[in-house]
Amino acid sequence: MASSDGNKNTEPWGGFDDNIIQGTGSAVIDMENMDDTSGSSFEDMGEMHQRMKEEEVAEEAEATEEETGEDGEFLGMKGINGQLGRQVADEVWQAGKRQASKAFNLYANIDILRPYFDVEPMQVRNRLIESMIPIRMIHFPQKIAGELYGPMMLVFTLVAILLHGMKTSGTVIREGTLMGTAIGTCFGYWLGVSSFIYFLAYLCNAQITMLQMLSLLGYGLFGHCVVLFVTYNVHFHSLFYILWLVVGGLSTLRMVAALISRTVGQTPRLILCGTLGALHMLFLFYLHFAYHKIVEGILDTLEGPNMPPIQRVARDLPVVATSAMNAVNTTVKILGVILQSQ
Amino acid sequence: MAEVAESSKPMFAGLSDVSISGDIPVEGEINVPVGTPSQDNEYSTLDEPVKDTILRDLKAVGKKFVHVMYPKKSSALLRDWDLWGPLLLCVTLALMLQGGSVDSKDDGGPQFAEVFVIIWFGSVIITLNSKLLGGTISFFQSLCVLGYCIMPLTVAMVVCRLVLLGGSGTVSFIVRLIVVTASFSWSTFASTAFLADSQPPNRKALVVYPVFLFYFVIGWMILTFSPSA
Repeated sequence: MASSDGNKNTEPWGGFDDNIIQGTGSAVIDMENMDDTSGSSFEDMGEMHQRMKEEEVAEEAEATEEETGEDGEFLGMKGINGQLGRQVADEVWQAGKRQASKAFNLYANIDILRPYFDVEPMQVRNRLIESMIPIRMIHFPQKIAGELYGPMMLVFTLVAILLHGMKTSGTVIREGTLMGTAIGTCFGYWLGVSSFIYFLAYLCNAQITMLQMLSLLGYGLFGHCVVLFVTYNVHFHSLFYILWLVVGGLSTLRMVAALISRTVGQTPRLILCGTLGALHMLFLFYLHFAYHKIVEGILDTLEGPNMPPIQRVARDLPVVATSAMNAVNTTVKILGVILQSQ
Repeated sequence: MAEVAESSKPMFAGLSDVSISGDIPVEGEINVPVGTPSQDNEYSTLDEPVKDTILRDLKAVGKKFVHVMYPKKSSALLRDWDLWGPLLLCVTLALMLQGGSVDSKDDGGPQFAEVFVIIWFGSVIITLNSKLLGGTISFFQSLCVLGYCIMPLTVAMVVCRLVLLGGSGTVSFIVRLIVVTASFSWSTFASTAFLADSQPPNRKALVVYPVFLFYFVIGWMILTFSPSA
């Protein structure tokens, strides 16, 4: 039965009853409003429940006191009202649990990312191959898949390849760890450059979403993975330059074409694609030269006038790994010399 | 029911006026809705001696090791997951991988942290990935499986260490390469035997690849380990 004193509800959903909020009024609770959670948070519900309980118990206790007519001591949490303590505690626990699970479901819910991982292996394979094939259609927006599985796997693969390169080059990181540097570099590039290009795209009025940009740049790292995998093991400089231009260039062209097709106007296109192209190619250049070792001795005698711009001193490496690599290097260099002399 | 006082009365004021003297008999039954402990006595493990607890846990861990060594599609590893085994393996591996870099006084420290971070961070990423791809396995079950399947790689580390005692020539490199490759494939195969059932059938490759990468990185760390002279 609804209490009608002081009910100035004008809302269609009943509004907050005064007798509930202030904890006074009749002992009969308006259940219709109690169950209505629209506009009230779980916190309020928990508190309301708690107040309800305490009210009821207080009323019962008052009623009992009136019946006995004596003025005894209030035993607090003990005595017959020890149950009050337990029930209140129970109620508080329930309210807290409800709140915590609600917050958890809201923030730690990985289901937000689930649609971006909805791919088949065939699709991933096709997209990897397509990332090396630039499409020349620039008058109509090209389709860019919004997917995060492929890019993430490629970034991790790049991290693994970088680790391999750093280990075999004996890179010593003073203020950190190899793993931290590799992860930081790769993820920093992927996320940072994506955000930067997305920001530029926003300025240049290009039609691309952040997810698409992440996906595009992620798949563009496939070329980097291939080049680095080959050149970290085969230290032949001309080979690196050729691969850098061809493979790196192809994947950059693919990204650039996709962006051009979604931008209007010459200057915005130039800005956007120039920036992306420069960053992408320079990243590959940096990865190769900053984290890999150039084997001295044999290089000097065979390369002659083609001296590489950056040289490093040989560090004490595991002898066997280098000897295995030296064998491969010498073979390739001898082949190179033979080809040059023909 | 008597009406409660007027609206001017503050909320909890009535509570402090309530008093019951202790010697007034109260009738009726009070059932406290708390779970009775008497039913839990047989499941309560608080009172048993510590030796029993440790032995029981060690037996569970040992049983799971056997499951990893002979991987067949059983759900024992998944049902009673625990993280003791992975922790033990991770710490052993990290300790053995220490002290094997170029400047040992600079890199001895981070080596332990690196291995630890790689293993746990990598496991978390793979678990998240398999959940996002529609897997039915729970978070800790997956961590448990991935951790236990590091065991072949730990065994390979021990073998490599022993081989390195005999010298670090080409022969030892070939032997180590073979041992690490074998154990890395074994790890990948063992973990797929446990994890594959929880995935939709056409997406197994998508889940296996990160596992492959993960064990490959660990295997690479083991292979390139060389103790400082």
